[in-house]
Amino acid sequence: MRDVAVVAYNQFATRRDETRNEIEMLLPVLKDTLGPLGLTTKDMGFTVSGSSDYLAGQAFAFVSALDAVGPWPPIAESHVEMDGAFALYEAWVRLQHGDIDTALVYAFGKSSPGDLGRVLALQLEPYLVGPLWPDAASLAALQARALIDSGKASEKDLARVVARSRRAAQDNPNAQLKGEVDEAALLDEPLFNDPLRKHDLPTISDGCAVMVLAAGDRARELTDTPVWIRGIDHRVESQHLGSRDVTTSASTRLAGQKAGADVGTIDLAELHAPFSHQELILIDALGLDETRTRINPSGGALASNPMMTAGLVRIGEAAKRLAAGEGNRAVAHATSGPALQQNLVCVLEA
Amino acid sequence: MTEPVTEIITPIRMDYRYTPGTESSAFLRGMKEGKMLGRRCPSCEKVYFPARAVCSMCGEAFTETVEVKDTGTMVTFAVVNVNFANRVIDLPYVTAEVVFDGADTASMVLLSGVAPEEARMGMRVKAHWIPEAEWDFSLANIDYVEPLDEPDAPYESFKELV
Repeated sequence: MRDVAVVAYNQFATRRDETRNEIEMLLPVLKDTLGPLGLTTKDMGFTVSGSSDYLAGQAFAFVSALDAVGPWPPIAESHVEMDGAFALYEAWVRLQHGDIDTALVYAFGKSSPGDLGRVLALQLEPYLVGPLWPDAASLAALQARALIDSGKASEKDLARVVARSRRAAQDNPNAQLKGEVDEAALLDEPLFNDPLRKHDLPTISDGCAVMVLAAGDRARELTDTPVWIRGIDHRVESQHLGSRDVTTSASTRLAGQKAGADVGTIDLAELHAPFSHQELILIDALGLDETRTRINPSGGALASNPMMTAGLVRIGEAAKRLAAGEGNRAVAHATSGPALQQNLVCVLEA
Repeated sequence: MTEPVTEIITPIRMDYRYTPGTESSAFLRGMKEGKMLGRRCPSCEKVYFPARAVCSMCGEAFTETVEVKDTGTMVTFAVVNVNFANRVIDLPYVTAEVVFDGADTASMVLLSGVAPEEARMGMRVKAHWIPEAEWDFSLANIDYVEPLDEPDAPYESFKELV
């Protein structure tokens, strides 16, 4: 395997950006990421993005977004209709071919134009589930109910996750929800999607993220603090919710093992858990010990959840902290689909 | 034997609030006043009409606004013989790609005032505007282009856009 490192990363997130379109939102983040490296998009061996046209409501919105890259003369480019974390996986595979040394990965998503609940319902099994239009929060609530009924977690545990997220997010400029909150006070809030309260749900956000990957010596040339991808794996479970045990995450467990997250010390973990109870499921599936591993030091998706972006942000945030010397080894995780259907685990090392 | 189910219908309706963005908003405000505003790329110097968010060749943000004329050259066209759903125009009609004078990109508009068999690449045309009282934030303020009594533009002058 070729050593591939994260050499640059930036993101932007906000509650809603109704002034700029996706391209205008992406352009300054692209420049801020490539500029300090002395590179332009033309220097990239491969470019790959993650986004969903259903968010914008425009067919081929991802092609329009390429304007921000300036794809002329023609570039080698790809796209996944998924979170940017899965685009990063494609870039990592592409770099394994050995003929290129750099890749640009970007992700963007604006939740503000549409009704996010309905947009996300379109990813469901289209014959029997989709036509019922269950929204993502309701499906997550079913999962949370199953988890609590199984005895693996309580509403108090969910409040603890939320309080930790709010506290951790305090120094994250891209977080929309942050601050010191009292766990007991959280439990006094009314139920929203029983057993979930509003604070158990992620923010609805607009945002984007940009990352540059480089292989071997090229990574060392570009930065003094490359953060190496030591393992990466993506696993998918059935789209039939009824055939899964949603109180656990078999795909995360397997991806974690394949990526090497189950051995050695993990200093910090960035877990893509849009709903509070999902963080508990992921900690369990990855076998993380909360007394030894900092969980979601950025505040995670509860603090800021730009669609198609929040997964790549987990990898970026973990890499940023390792580059800053906050640890030697981290796990980053991204999810996709209803109730943690698909999961990607990435192990990073400074 | 039970008949197999071969088809189900599951209606989908999605509503969106479109965010045109800074550049397109300036273009749309111009159209409302009957002004055709293009934007020049500082790198390749091409004038985009309508303006996009950035130059799609260079990835550069635009720096200069250029007012484009409502006369132009039809660089290519298609004769349409089948109507789209919800669109009733007398058939056949001509959909034209027109590069308006002062712009470097083509816009799609209808061609009227000439029989489809007389439509030619390079034909000089002029915009026909809907009544000023009806102008909106839309390129549809120009409902069609019609021929100008001018010699055709030489192919060399627009071959890059074909």
